[in-house]
Formats: sequence, structure tokens, C-alpha cells
Amino acid sequence: MNAPRPKVRIATTSLAGCFGCHMSFLDIDEHLFELVELVEFDRSPLTDIKHCGPCDIGLIEGGVCNAENVHVLREFRRNCKTLIAVGACAINGGLPAQRNHLDLEACLREVYVSRDGLGEGGVPNDPELPLLLDKVRPIHELVRIDYFIPGCPPSGEAIWKFLTDLIAGRTPRLSYPMMHFD
Amino acid sequence: MTSHEVPAVPIESIVRKHGGDPTRLLQILIDVQESIGWLPPPALTSVAAALSIPRSRVEGVAGFYHFLHKRPVGRFHLQFADNITERMQGSAELMASLCSKLWVEPGRVSEDGLVSVETTSCIGMGDQGPALLVNGMPLTRLSHQRINQIAELVRREAPLSSWPPEFFRVDDNIRRADALLSLEMAPGAALRAAVALGRDGWMEQMQISNLRGRGGAGFTTAVKWMACRDAAAPEKVVVCNADEGEPGTFKDRVLLTRMADVVFEGMTLAAWAVGACRGFVYLRGEYRYLLESLREALSLRRAENLLGRGIQGIAGFDFDIEIHLGAGAYVCGEETALLESLEGKRGTPRIRPPFPVTHGYLGRPTVVNNVETLAKTCLIALGGGEAFAATGTAQSTGTKLLSISGDCAQPGIYEYPFGVPIERVLEDCGASDIQAVQVGGAAGITLASYEFHRRIAFEDVPTAGAFMVFDSSRDLFEVARNFVDFFAHESCGFCTPCRVGTALLKKAMKKLAEGRGAKTDLADIEWIDRLLKNASHCGLGSAAPNPVVDTLLKFRPAYERRLQSLDFEPAFDLDAALAAARRASGRDDPGAHIGAEEAGQNG
Repeated sequence: MNAPRPKVRIATTSLAGCFGCHMSFLDIDEHLFELVELVEFDRSPLTDIKHCGPCDIGLIEGGVCNAENVHVLREFRRNCKTLIAVGACAINGGLPAQRNHLDLEACLREVYVSRDGLGEGGVPNDPELPLLLDKVRPIHELVRIDYFIPGCPPSGEAIWKFLTDLIAGRTPRLSYPMMHFD
Repeated sequence: MTSHEVPAVPIESIVRKHGGDPTRLLQILIDVQESIGWLPPPALTSVAAALSIPRSRVEGVAGFYHFLHKRPVGRFHLQFADNITERMQGSAELMASLCSKLWVEPGRVSEDGLVSVETTSCIGMGDQGPALLVNGMPLTRLSHQRINQIAELVRREAPLSSWPPEFFRVDDNIRRADALLSLEMAPGAALRAAVALGRDGWMEQMQISNLRGRGGAGFTTAVKWMACRDAAAPEKVVVCNADEGEPGTFKDRVLLTRMADVVFEGMTLAAWAVGACRGFVYLRGEYRYLLESLREALSLRRAENLLGRGIQGIAGFDFDIEIHLGAGAYVCGEETALLESLEGKRGTPRIRPPFPVTHGYLGRPTVVNNVETLAKTCLIALGGGEAFAATGTAQSTGTKLLSISGDCAQPGIYEYPFGVPIERVLEDCGASDIQAVQVGGAAGITLASYEFHRRIAFEDVPTAGAFMVFDSSRDLFEVARNFVDFFAHESCGFCTPCRVGTALLKKAMKKLAEGRGAKTDLADIEWIDRLLKNASHCGLGSAAPNPVVDTLLKFRPAYERRLQSLDFEPAFDLDAALAAARRASGRDDPGAHIGAEEAGQNG
């Protein structure tokens, strides 16, 4: 009668983030055993798969600071049915966005041209290097985002609650203590 | 004058003139600004010291009101009315033209401190726009020729008194008069009639008349008066709400210009009914130019024993009226925000209950009525409640003044018995080829042509009096966007849903206007609309989405044609966001660009 439910496919990535949200994700401890029964991982730092295929859920940590972030984010949006912004940087730009009040060009020249001992090669121009955006952006300013998990980082418990809700078909909703940080 | 040089202004004497009373803080700041031109930090410190109140409170009030300047403004400070009807008459081009002639950027003061130019919300001149305020004085019927003259006068630093008087002409433009506007009443006539009826008899006539508030909400006036009369506390207060801030409304301006005495008499009638001894007119800062004539009318009434102690020889009937000025805050039209402002505070709406009728001005039982409502009570005193109730509809008795502006041949004031159909009004004001009418101002309702059979009445289309007409050449998206910007500007900032919600809505509308919108943005807008409507602290926030809700429903294609058909679009140009890094690195290879999503680029 009850055919085994196909596993939910999840992809994760960190854009302009610190991997703290991923660390928090691993903090779900023994729930990891339950999780592997429910899901399988596509592109993720945990699998080292380089490109994402069709998925049910995408978890994005970090904001968007360069061209590569844009391409990765678009790839996730194209492939994930549900895309979730995880943590302060994905939601607001967070710490990296503190550079937003500085002029990018002036900043690059200050570091690579004007400064003693660093002025040799000029601003790096290798095509391998992704160019920086003039401002660090929260991910919802670039693609449609379905859900947001706040926190810096969100607790493992919050991430677990959110994922289990989603997998079970409940609209995820964090209780106040799970979003209360002081 | 530079920001560091503060002339010796007798702040002490201004504070003394106001009795050293902290509840007069707003009035004190207005006076200080009139003498210095702005409110420099040391002046705020002196005011705080002279009143023995925390400086933060003074700073808080000074920062709240749009017409109080915590930074210097030009010796000529010009504020262009920015309502949609003015926009339709080309106000933006006129302002740009004036700015370029005077070499000044909008919102900035010119280097020599001579002039500053900015926009402000509707100044109640919708029937003779485009209009502006120059140092608080309304200047109407702007044209390119007039802008040239203004630029020249400013450059020559000609004092306002030497500007052509024609510039400052404000017309009443009464196009249709009914019971109220054709009333010719000798001062005191209505009061004598009400006094002859006795307090209870007068209240009974008010009940029979079934008069409802003309400020928009339509609460039954007699019920309000009785609640105030029956409130236990002493020292009752009558307040006339002359903070006519709803965009597109200007009927109270005309009543205060032509029939101020009738309005004051209405306040006295209210005082007689409820046993009040103190009255206030809260006059919006935009109507500051009426202050002197209103004060004169008050002294005449005092001289005739129609105000003061023992009015009409009745022992104990003591009532006097003073005028308080507002300072450019739309939210103060909400009665509890108005009371806060009257008490010299920021205009943050109070939580109701308790209602003002029991806990109003300084906690005293207070009746707050609209200008038009108070004027109408004179008709009831003179002709009786039954005669008053004979016109209008079952639930909306009497007549209503409409302020008509926009696309019509004869904008101005029209007085109709309640129940008049929209199409009749349109015909009378010479409007043709009309696609929409905004009734009740920005917070009101947008009616499409298939609804023009509907009637002005509380049971159908309620209104505080604004009636803005849009012909088929107008873009209803731009109309809604103007109102959204207005609410974002006027949100008092007290509650998060309104402060943030109006700003989000403004951003979403800007994104659509720039052609970067997607279907998801419409869903977001609808979500913000619901949030504003349900979670805001006061009526400003809950009414703020009205124009968007209505136009999305009735003029959806105006939104949809601005969308890119994609699932989602950023609000900014992604490739342009790489330009700085491209310049710095000297790169221009394909990887140094980001195309649109369809280009199929992969990470």
C-alpha cells in the first residue's frame, strides 16, 4: 500500500558567506541519521558535485558579491523547486555587505595600486577570477526566493525544523524562540 | 545664513509668550523658526532649557514635522505641491525649469543660501494648480511664464511683499452652492436659536438631523457630542479639525476663507451642547496664510460677546477658541494624532479606546469635528433637525462639499445633497472621456467608468470631499504610484508594518515603473497590501494600499504592460553592477559581463 516515498533531493551552496550556516546545518547531530533516510544530496560542499541537477530543495548561504555567485544562484534557481535563503548574509547581505558604503574602484586601487609593496601587478585581471559586483546583494534581489531562515547562523534546530516541515508537506514556520537571538 | 551662525533670537521671550507651557512646544518651535528661518541645534537646546523638558523631546518634535527645518533652508524656500493632479498639470517640469534657472538642486540649498526648492504633499490648491508655497505663502496657477518671473524675483531678492499680488490670488471657485454655501447668516443667529432651545432641546435637534461627520469616517455627530457631554471629567474641549491634508481636498480652505464665522459658530454650538469651555482650531501649516484673518474673525466674535465669558448673557456659558498651527504632517488629520500634536508632541496616533470623547486633549473629554461638520450645525440650529434631514439619503442626511480637480473644465467646489451619482457630478464639472475618478483622496476609492452610476453617500461611496478626475489619456499606474509615494512620505514611522510596508510598496512600484517588474512582484505587492491593511497601527497604514488594491483590480493591464514576462527580474542592472570592477581590472572578456537569464550562461 504505502510505496516507499522517493528521497527528497537537496542541493546546498555557500556564496558570499563563511560556511557558518553549513556548520550549523551539521550541528543537527544525530538527526543526520534521520536526514539521510529522507534525502539525498546533489551539488553541495558535502558531496563535491560541481553542478546542480534537478532538485527539490536548494539551500543558499551567503549573499551575492561577484559574477560567479550570480551564475551559481541562477543555476540553483533553474534546478530547485524550492529555494531557501539560509542565514543573515543570504537574507540581508550580512557582513560582506559592510563594504557597500565604499566605492569599489577606489577600494581595489587602494589595495592593488596605491599601497606600498602591493602595487606591482595592478588590479588582477585574470579571466579566471570572477569580477566583483559594485554592491553585495541579498539573494532575493536577484532571483525569486521561496523561504527565508533567519539567524547568524540559524541554529541547527531551526534548520532541522524547517527541512522536516518542508519534507513532510507542512508550510515551514519557526516558533519565536527559534528566531530570537539575544 | 550659514549653519553655524545663529542670530540672537529672543527664544526666552517666545517661550514666555506661550506661558512657558510645554504643551505649546510645537507652536513655540513654529514661532522660533519664523524668526530664524530654521531650527539650529542651539535654539533647540535653549527651548528645552526654557521649558525644562528633555532636549530629546524638542528634537523629536522638530524632527517629526515636514515644515520644521533642522537644517538651513534658503531665504526663499519654495515647495512645489506634488499631488497627482499637479503632476498632470506639469508641476515636475516647472520645478525642474525653476531649479535650472536658479542653479539649485531639488532638496538642496543654493551655495549662497538664497534659495531652496523641494516638493511637498498636496497644499489644497488642486483647483488652481500647479501651485507652490514660497516661505509658506501659496502661489497658484504656475506657468512657464510665471516660473521665469519667480526666478527673476528670487535672483533680485525681492521681498515677497513686492511680488505681484496676482501670484498669491487664491480663488474660492464655488461652482455649485446648496444649503451651506448659499447660507447668509448674521453672526450669532444660529447660536441664539440653539440657546433658545436649551441644551437638551438643541441636542435633540442634532439627533433628529442625523448629521454625520464630514471628515471621512461619517460618525454620527450627536452621538459623539452626547458621549462627551456625559463624560464625567470637567473642562471639556471642542476641536475643529482643519488639518485638511487628504490629497485633492480643499473645501475646508474655502469654508475657512468665506465662512470662518459660521465654522466658529458651529464650534460654539458644540460647546453649548457638551458644556465645553475651551476650543481649538487645528489649522494645517499649508493654510498658515489664513491665520491673521481667522484671528480677526475671532476677535470680532469676542467683541460681540459670541465668545468669552457669559456668552449671550448666559451665566456659566464660557467658551473661547484659539488657533494652533500644524506643520506639514498628513497623519495629524487623524483625530488622536491631532490631539497629540495639539499637546505639542509628535503626531503619533493613540490607541483607541479610550476615545477622545472621554480622554482627549490633555485627557479631557474632547469633541473633534471636521470644519464642514461644524459649519453644518449652524444650518440645523437655524432650520431645525427635520429640515436638515429632509435632503440627502436615509443614512446620509444633508449636503456634501466636493473638491473637484483633475481633468475637467470647471474644477472647484460643488455642494450636492448626498446621493448624487458620480456621472451627474462629472457632467456638471465638464468632464468627458473619463476613465476613473478618485473619490476621497489618496486613502479613498478608485472608481472605474462602469461604476459611475454609484452615488456619493456613506452607504455607497463615502468621501471626505476629494474628487479627482482622470481622463483616458492618464496612466492609472502613475496615479497609484503617486499616492504610494505620498503614504511612504507621510507614514509617521511609529509602527513597523506601516513604516516598512509603505517603503516596500514604494520600491515595488518603482521597480515596475522602471520596467524591471515580473509576475512575482505583483504577488509581492498584493502581500504587502494585505500586511499594511491588517497590521497597521492606524488608518494611514491600513488605507495606504487602497489605491494599489483598487487599480490592480480595475486597471490591471496598466501594471501588466510594465512587466517583463519572466518569473523574476532584479530591480537593478546586473551587468552595470560589474562596470566598476571592469574599469579597475581593465577586463572586457565575456566572463566580465552578465547577460539576462535567457542567455543560458552557466556558473
